[in-house]
Amino acid sequence: MPSLMGILLKSLLVFPLVLGLLFSTQNYTPKQSSHFSPADTSQVPSSFGFGRLATQTEIDRIDIDVRPDGKGLPQGKGVAAKGKLIFATKCAACHGAGGIGGPNGSLVHSQVDPTKKRAEKTIGNYWPYATTVFDYIRRAMPFNAPGSLTNEEVYHLTAYLLSANQIIDSSFVVTPTTLPTVKMPAQPLFVPDDRKGGPVIK
Amino acid sequence: MKNKIIELTQRDTKISRRKLLGGAATAAVAIVQTAEGKNVQAALSQAQLLDDDPTKKLGTFPGKIGTRSSFEQLVKDPSETSSRSPLQDFYGIITPSDLHFERHHGGVPVIDPSKHELLIHGMVNKPMIFKVADLKRFPSVSRIAFLECSGNFRSGKETLRPQEICGLTSQSEWTGVKLSTIFREVGIKPTATWFLAEGGDAAVMTRSIPVKKGLDDVIIAYAQNGEALRPEQGYPIRLFVPGWEGNTNVKWLRRIELSDQPFMTREETSKYTEFVNGKVRQFSFDMDARSIITFPSYPQQVEKGWIEIRGIAWSGRGKVHKVEVSVDAGKSWQIANLQEPILDKAHTAFRYLWKWDGNATEIMSRVTDETGYTQPTLKQLVEARGESNGYHFNPITAWQIKPDGSVLFKPESFR
Ligand code: HEC
Repeated sequence: MPSLMGILLKSLLVFPLVLGLLFSTQNYTPKQSSHFSPADTSQVPSSFGFGRLATQTEIDRIDIDVRPDGKGLPQGKGVAAKGKLIFATKCAACHGAGGIGGPNGSLVHSQVDPTKKRAEKTIGNYWPYATTVFDYIRRAMPFNAPGSLTNEEVYHLTAYLLSANQIIDSSFVVTPTTLPTVKMPAQPLFVPDDRKGGPVIK
Repeated sequence: MKNKIIELTQRDTKISRRKLLGGAATAAVAIVQTAEGKNVQAALSQAQLLDDDPTKKLGTFPGKIGTRSSFEQLVKDPSETSSRSPLQDFYGIITPSDLHFERHHGGVPVIDPSKHELLIHGMVNKPMIFKVADLKRFPSVSRIAFLECSGNFRSGKETLRPQEICGLTSQSEWTGVKLSTIFREVGIKPTATWFLAEGGDAAVMTRSIPVKKGLDDVIIAYAQNGEALRPEQGYPIRLFVPGWEGNTNVKWLRRIELSDQPFMTREETSKYTEFVNGKVRQFSFDMDARSIITFPSYPQQVEKGWIEIRGIAWSGRGKVHKVEVSVDAGKSWQIANLQEPILDKAHTAFRYLWKWDGNATEIMSRVTDETGYTQPTLKQLVEARGESNGYHFNPITAWQIKPDGSVLFKPESFR
């Protein structure tokens, strides 16, 4: 047998306004939303108090990202000559000698293959920010030993790849202050998405 | 009795014939069709008869986990970088969790949920760390929605199944805590406009996402289709970003950093950007509306007469408004039936009943979403973008029906 409360709740769903008037003394404030659920009367607190505050040490341990303005770059510096040696031993097997034509893709821009409509996308012709080179190598490379490079090695590799792509001079010293100033040739190509739905194909 | 034998043996010729060779006494003779389609007479043993009749043998007792029937061979199609869902083998709109497509950049990590933590910091009032168990205590939400990789397109030959053409889309019921709930808990600064989401896999993969989307409908999901996430789907926690390109749905989520600018990570610069009229389009988050006929499709075979054309349609911008089907190579279009539920940003099943006269033709579907966007032809896409490749390719997919009933993909040349 359905309880009186059950019947009332069911009626509530159907006649929220009418019952709202009838039961106004009981503080019912029925909503007109189709998702109205009479059972959910709880208040959402401003804080649940779950989880704990993070300490600066805890943040620093895994906060490894680097922004285009250089925020996040660690202390250190790198030069192309040293990066070239590291690249030959730790990267060339997958990305080719001098960063061209390896099984996992070129990183250095070279002569356009005349059989292809477009040149292979590389740091030299496609990457819009130099900081991304540092950020990505540090977080993900070498593919088979991720996270194994020291910050110093990453600086040298960044200098080497930028110099091999003829974006910086071979004598350029990559530091937390100089890296964000490097202008990438592809940067002006980048535009934000302007698709908005509707009948237009973009 | 003899009819039954034929039925039984035809149902699985391979097994019956293999068993036959070892069988001793001959109890009956049956007509068996070989894989090449030839009818041959074959003998059946008494044991074989009993074996094949489920009413003559006690079945298996209740078990701890269910299994897929050994007659069903559903498999993903793995490559080095992804694994595609067998769309042509599905019914309805939910992708079985073990057949959800996979795409990752450094393999699937093994993560102990009791040790996994999510750090939220940057432009927040209280930088905080949440254990997986903490996240599960917050008010939860569930939502059925699709997840699609923006690189979900393949063409080039006739012998492609829906799985190869467009198998980087899947659908699940995702359960978790709204990101807005967590944002409220840590108190994000009003000047924070972007956040970085970072995975705890070997790629430590990162994407920048506008805070506006985070406050709207993003979920930190810990469950999929009623159970904890599968490892390939980000166990123990992932971001679920309804309607947006798969890559933003960062798996194995370990860190969120609030900022007033995007971070320009490799996955939003070197990858997941596309040439459009000489420029490079970036932060192209929304998945454009798309549909595909999954039956009939390659390598299925059809017969003259009634055929129920079936498929799925979806849009990253809202609900499916209508699906049209053409059975005359795009000359005319008819409205298909949509199967409820028609959910926001979700695969929606459609059907169209067609009487095939046996003549060669082409069948295809196109979807229109609630914003009024209609799925384009490949030609329209190429004309609009001035390019023939890249991400976010959602063209109409056509199937050629040959007079012998074979079905082949129609790879359009557009270069
Ligand atoms: C075992 C093979 C391997 C080794 C060794 C390796 N890489 Fe990679 N690298 C890859 C693969 C695979 C990818 C693509 C990863 C993906 O799919 O996300 C890649 C991607 C990259 C990219 C991004 C390319 C782009 O255009 O987006 C850079 C930069 C890179 N590697 C630098 C390096 C450097 C520097 C080293 C040496 C320290 C290195 N790699 C060592 C396999 C390797």
